[in-house]
Amino acid sequence: MSILINRNSRVMTQGITGKTGQFHTRMCRDYANGKECFVAGVNPRKPGEDFEGIPVYASVKEAKQQTGANVSVIYVPPPFAAAAIDEAVEAELDLVICITEGIPVRDMLRTRYKMQGKKTRLIGPNCPGIITPDELKIGIMPGYIHKKGRIGVVSRSGTLTYEAVAQLMALGLGQSTCIGIGGDPVNGLKHLDVLQLFNDDDETDAVLMVGEIGGTDEEDCARWVKENMRKPVAGFIAGVTAPPGKRMGHAGAIISGGKGTAQEKLEVMESCGIKVTRNPAEMGKLLKSVL
Amino acid sequence: MKIHEYQAKEILRKYGVVTPKGIACFSVDEAVSAAQQLGGEVWAVKAQIYAGGRGKGGGVKVARSLDEVRQRAGEILGMRLVTHQTGPEGQVVHRLFIEQGVSIEKEFYVGMVVDRGRQRVCLMASSEGGMEIEKVAAETPEKIHKVFIDPIAGLSQQQAEEVALKIGIPAQSVPQAVTLLQGLYQAFDETDSSLLEINPLTLTAEEQVIALDAKMNFDDNALFRHPEIVALRDLDEEDPVEIEASKHELSYIPLDGNIGCIVNGAGLAMATMDIIKLYGGNPANFLDVGGGATAEKVTEAFKLMLRNPKLQAILVNIFGGIMKCDVIAQGVVAAAREVQLTVPLVVRLEGTNVELGKKILADSGLTIISAENMADAAQKAVSAAKAKLSS
Repeated sequence: MSILINRNSRVMTQGITGKTGQFHTRMCRDYANGKECFVAGVNPRKPGEDFEGIPVYASVKEAKQQTGANVSVIYVPPPFAAAAIDEAVEAELDLVICITEGIPVRDMLRTRYKMQGKKTRLIGPNCPGIITPDELKIGIMPGYIHKKGRIGVVSRSGTLTYEAVAQLMALGLGQSTCIGIGGDPVNGLKHLDVLQLFNDDDETDAVLMVGEIGGTDEEDCARWVKENMRKPVAGFIAGVTAPPGKRMGHAGAIISGGKGTAQEKLEVMESCGIKVTRNPAEMGKLLKSVL
Repeated sequence: MKIHEYQAKEILRKYGVVTPKGIACFSVDEAVSAAQQLGGEVWAVKAQIYAGGRGKGGGVKVARSLDEVRQRAGEILGMRLVTHQTGPEGQVVHRLFIEQGVSIEKEFYVGMVVDRGRQRVCLMASSEGGMEIEKVAAETPEKIHKVFIDPIAGLSQQQAEEVALKIGIPAQSVPQAVTLLQGLYQAFDETDSSLLEINPLTLTAEEQVIALDAKMNFDDNALFRHPEIVALRDLDEEDPVEIEASKHELSYIPLDGNIGCIVNGAGLAMATMDIIKLYGGNPANFLDVGGGATAEKVTEAFKLMLRNPKLQAILVNIFGGIMKCDVIAQGVVAAAREVQLTVPLVVRLEGTNVELGKKILADSGLTIISAENMADAAQKAVSAAKAKLSS
């Protein structure tokens, strides 16, 4: 089954007429079933136009009505990106993936508030997206490094996820679904939410969980895993060497008030039965060892 | 982004937050005339640096005469102030804030941050003012009261009253405290703050509730809509290397090791630092060249790292996705030629167009140590740095 997306998903791109939106929509359309899956674009100023045959609509609501799209991917610039998420939530899409990096936290606080009680799930912002290998890719990850298989991957970063996937591939391990949940402090799906989905997915045998410093999401997830997870989980946390008080690129990657250290996360994960490594070159090997 | 205490107070006053009267100064003479202008018999002479812990470090003094203001200002201005937040190298004091003295009856702590788990702004308050809040949180967590604020409704009157009473503000001063707390939240929200701290919040002998100190940080992602805050930026307070890096849109943080790292992506950059340490080396920096690194960006990254006299090796770790390895390889070659590398260079490329990238490096004629994977790269960088150090 995979999680969240598959060949039957129908996707619209919000911000399809921008350079980034065009480039990645093209890349995603050219991957596996992308041609059938990418059915619409949204730009309120350019309705009626099309992008290489993909029709552009004035609103998410209209794009949904006209094409049946149930998923949206957002490349809208940061000042307008939270409003783009709001629009997708109001149109009651199943899933929104926000790639945009640099959205103000204040905007995300309001957007998350408005999402309470709504059906829409959010991945990101500031994330690489989601891929169900050999079926559908929604986001900016290189498709060709993946292969269909039975390992779930969830991570807060982009290239470190690719690194993890490459290590799995070197050992012949394909993936059911890979999700980058993003590096922002206020975001949609957390590690915990994704692990729940993998737990219930018949096509996932084990999960590789990649985290980083900042917040307590990995710890919350680990505690849930201890009580509920029926599948093996392996993990790595980036930032053992990160000094407190310094933001490591991602808006959420900061050790503040003595909280959110990699050491603490690794210890909690270990105590909850998650196999961890302190060596980022051994994520694949570790996952293989728990199968 | 951070600002100084006096700037934060100026912002907060616009939101109805009461503070002592004060004047910012850049010289001893200015400090004395500021004290004269403020009047009264007692003044606080306060170092203005971004780091906290100024009082303990000797950067905040009380003066009871104009002569004493002169003396204290002379001592503090230009001093290298070391606090638990500045690191051992300290921070030179370029600005002073002269404030009217206040008769303190009781001190409290108030802070606001975004709580990731709850996805709300959290107001924290404690009866233990003047202390390091981390210490209070660790030792006596029951003394910290938290309220999570509804982003649409804001901090309600009832919430503010409850907090004020819980931390021990006397009943007759609670209305003042409510006004102040609501003003703080409004300021936090409207300026896109990421952190706001009043430590201490003070009850004066005259039963006034005032912000004796103020600290505000802002969300960098929101600065585009706050030119008035960007204008407050004090470059003296920032690391010149970090300023240079930000001009080139590089995310760069100097560390105390000797192996420079160039990586694409923040997570992979942290992991690269970690693996260097794991194999017995020490990273000299965190550097994320981002998703769209160009040859120019790579060259600038090399230049930044080479400013570090301790540098003994450079490790380039790139996982090409959208960014192609051949483009990166060209950038590395161009940069290595332009800056005349004096330390060993280890390069690990993976991902899109990796073979083409490796060929460009091999054909360049440059002495580049190429690595097969992350572990190999880290090991090679660590041994190259050690060999260089002992040569």
